[in-house]
Amino acid sequence: MYKIAKENLPALFRRIAAKNELYLPVRQNGQVNYAAWSEDAVPELDTLKTVKSPKDAFFPQSETLYTCEKDEKNLHIEPEELKQQEFVLFGVKACDLQGIHVLDQVFLADPADTFYAARREHGTIVALACHEPEETCFCSVFGIDCTDPKADVSAWLIDGILYWEAVTEKGEALTEAVRELLTEADGAEEKVEEEKNAVRRIVEKLPYSNLPLNGWNGDCLNERFRSRLWDELYQPCLACGTCTFVCPTCQCYDIKDYDTGHGVQRYRCWDSCMYSDFTMMAHGNNRTSQMQRFRQRFMHKLVYFPADHDGMYSCTGCGRCIERCPASLNIVKVIKAFQKEVDSHA
Amino acid sequence: MQERLISRAKELLADGTVSRVLGWKAGDLPYDPQPAYFEKEEDLREFVYDGFCGANLSKYMIAASRIEGRTLVFLKPCDTYSFVQLLKEHRIDRDKAYLIGVGCRGKLDIEKIKAQGIKGIVGIRGAEHGSESEDLTVATLYGEKTCRYTDCMLERCHVCKGKEHRIYDELIGESKETCDRGRFAEVAAIEAMQPEERFAFFQKELSKCIRCNACRNVCPACSCRTCVFDSTKFDSAQKANADPFEEKMFHIIRAFHVAGRCTDCGECSRVCSQGIPLHLFNRKFIKDINELYGEYQAGADLEEKGPLTSYTLEDAEPGIVAERG
Repeated sequence: MYKIAKENLPALFRRIAAKNELYLPVRQNGQVNYAAWSEDAVPELDTLKTVKSPKDAFFPQSETLYTCEKDEKNLHIEPEELKQQEFVLFGVKACDLQGIHVLDQVFLADPADTFYAARREHGTIVALACHEPEETCFCSVFGIDCTDPKADVSAWLIDGILYWEAVTEKGEALTEAVRELLTEADGAEEKVEEEKNAVRRIVEKLPYSNLPLNGWNGDCLNERFRSRLWDELYQPCLACGTCTFVCPTCQCYDIKDYDTGHGVQRYRCWDSCMYSDFTMMAHGNNRTSQMQRFRQRFMHKLVYFPADHDGMYSCTGCGRCIERCPASLNIVKVIKAFQKEVDSHA
Repeated sequence: MQERLISRAKELLADGTVSRVLGWKAGDLPYDPQPAYFEKEEDLREFVYDGFCGANLSKYMIAASRIEGRTLVFLKPCDTYSFVQLLKEHRIDRDKAYLIGVGCRGKLDIEKIKAQGIKGIVGIRGAEHGSESEDLTVATLYGEKTCRYTDCMLERCHVCKGKEHRIYDELIGESKETCDRGRFAEVAAIEAMQPEERFAFFQKELSKCIRCNACRNVCPACSCRTCVFDSTKFDSAQKANADPFEEKMFHIIRAFHVAGRCTDCGECSRVCSQGIPLHLFNRKFIKDINELYGEYQAGADLEEKGPLTSYTLEDAEPGIVAERG
């Protein structure tokens, strides 16, 4: 294990950015989000949660797939180049890391999404353990240990010192590249272990750490789908896309054409199951009410996804939906409402 | 006061005056009540009215106007402006609503509490409507913290239009004046900027936009059944910003569309996950309208004609744009 003082991090970032693109939490106009590092950027490693998750690094909100250009009678089709530049995603929390694993299930499954796969191939992830989890966090419910995220490199920020441990080959290579800025951290294992235990004790006290997931699995589809609870739960929903856009696992997208005036740019962009034209096809729309669209989001996270992926939930307990929903609705409230219903019949 | 609201709601449900109650339901956390319908007296156990009930329930009355029976809706003074405006636009049915105007001492913005470095919040005292305390006592996983109520209020409460309800069937609860800033000071500061500086200001703010549509969907003035940006029949449908120009287009078009109808309820800025001060666009229009057509407040009363939807010989000529620079 290595270490570097927090005040030396700018030098570390500069070194990483010399050969890679570097994305990390940056404060811009009051909000902290993942953004490209530059000398003027204001990195914010103490912020627990960025507004958006880091999923943009692999699955951008909007990306061009190919461009068609008209040249008199000829039509040139130019596919968008795949990512070739190495990049580093720095400061990823355990919940968001799990979010990337969820996206992998979707985009790397045969046939792999080449755009996503190229980014995964060229991206190195430095994960940062959580220091002060908040009341909206419930990653432990999904078996995630926020004190010990395993990416290419794992890092802990304790008392002004960043502890650094390479986990994978990519992590070893990155460590080698910045080696001269790091110092051997003798006896750091003990310090890190102490930090992990202290943070785990806080996690135990978080209000949602004991959220019951019983009854949510791939086998409960019909019962949950037909529940009358949805008719009540969806009502305050404004049908905006906030929950889906800040979510680290929401992966639905739409493909559209942008008329450039002399051709077409075919692009894909994040879609939201909350939107009225979600999955609209030539035959029309298969979800015609907001109740159905609202239900889709939670059924996907807690029933359909685990049914298709060996029980893996596509919620990681990051709690962004709790923080951001304009109507204060969220997945925890949905889970609790179903639990209450079950308890009342027990 | 919360108890008075609950007991009055129970009476109105019991005597059949209303079929349901539209209010706020206690959340899981100390600060996340949600808008909710209550149909049975016992459901009202979960009713809450405190400093975190910022959500303006007027827009929900569009949907509630289409269902059987009357809905009791609780409205804060500023919410009643939206209700009046929606009535003027024939979007809601007055006969389907029973309005209780509730007192307001300013609503809280959890982001402002968190911005003071307060995290791991498990309890908040002092947010109750009747609390005499000027401080909030916040219990957190990392110790107890205090902050001033007024420091944690939503921006809109600092420029409150007044604590008088513009429409109601009955009133419950006292209000406390919260206005301590000039409503147009921020707009004037932006007007005073050089064009390049102003452009950069909005560019920086709007480039944070994630096009989640929360501002539009929460906005009581955005009541089109199908928004032009959602229409699949035209090229106007947008789920993403094709370029930085479109980012601005969405917000500017929206601001134009609600001009003269926006009551400045502040919901757009309250719900923006990226903290974009969206109210500034609308307030610029309001300021201009005041200057060009005389003082006008949308939603202030049912009779007054909107300056942009009526014509007088004294109306400003289009050339005013060039004159004002």
